[in-house]
Amino acid sequence: MRRDLALEVLKQHVSNEIVVAVYQTLFDWMAINPRDLNYVATGAMGQASSHGLGLALANPKKEVLVFDGDGSILMNLGSLVSIANAGPKNFHHFIFENGVYEVNGAHPIPGHKKVDFGAMAKAAGYRFVKVFSDIKTFESEVTEFLKQPGPAMAVMKIEAGEAYPRDYDYIHSALARKKFRQALRSN
Amino acid sequence: MEALKQASIQFIVSVPDIVTSNGLLWPISKDPEFKLVRVCKEDEGVSICGAMSYNKTRALLLMQQTGLMDSLNAIRAIGIDYQLPICMMVGLQGKEPHKLSSESSSYGVRIIQPVLDAMQIPYRVIEEPEDVQHISTDIEKAYQTSSTFVFIIGRAPV
Repeated sequence: MRRDLALEVLKQHVSNEIVVAVYQTLFDWMAINPRDLNYVATGAMGQASSHGLGLALANPKKEVLVFDGDGSILMNLGSLVSIANAGPKNFHHFIFENGVYEVNGAHPIPGHKKVDFGAMAKAAGYRFVKVFSDIKTFESEVTEFLKQPGPAMAVMKIEAGEAYPRDYDYIHSALARKKFRQALRSN
Repeated sequence: MEALKQASIQFIVSVPDIVTSNGLLWPISKDPEFKLVRVCKEDEGVSICGAMSYNKTRALLLMQQTGLMDSLNAIRAIGIDYQLPICMMVGLQGKEPHKLSSESSSYGVRIIQPVLDAMQIPYRVIEEPEDVQHISTDIEKAYQTSSTFVFIIGRAPV
């Protein structure tokens, strides 16, 4: 499943939700669906899921979608347990699994083709887990997935599609944080 | 705990710390005015507190100095580079009572203040009962100025 096509599908399902995304998935998402409620400043070292948890707990009436990477979540596996323990129903976690650290030279992640992210989420206590490997199935079942109370995880078996520019300056900028803050407070 | 309430702290995010366990974390866990988020690792807490601040929700990260040391990159990115109000309360495990931390026989205790100084992170040592009066104003200031602040807990609260 091409990542850019999967993001195009997700775009049809995103209106007022907070979207937390990382690395190439973030850059692609910013090009495909630029919006101020995109949360782009997650620092480093796999922290997106924890930012998503904070946002979900502090904004219980808003849906939070986290577009995580496989390499990223490997750096913060304990967060799966913390998220499941907190149990926010408004938390939907997508793992974009391409098997490599794409923006750091495309080196393989440890455990590629061995590690099972869906099984990890289930074992951690997520309420619902689904694996998507092809775009047609994803397109037809994403609505149902998003209806499931969180914490829920969709493991997205993806390959790179169109690679959009990596605008690191913007994602770490005060402007990006200001736009998100204003959008959150006015929605 | 009263000082934290006075500062409108709603969420306590924590990995247990032996110095603050009996005096803070256990009482907080039973107090309905606080929402306790138990995390597996302290850097998760830095991200959670930072993310919560975007809608003005106030949170405190309660942990041991080992967790602080393990979270330095998260604090660097989210607290300092992103200028978010990350308030942390850090128990100094291994510190001798009534001894300055700089004079502690424990390397892990002695380096905490120099590390915070190197990172230009403001902090206050909370050791004597009169130190507590500063907690709410320090938290208020951290949120007003959107900046990081650390309380160093030198001995177990009573």
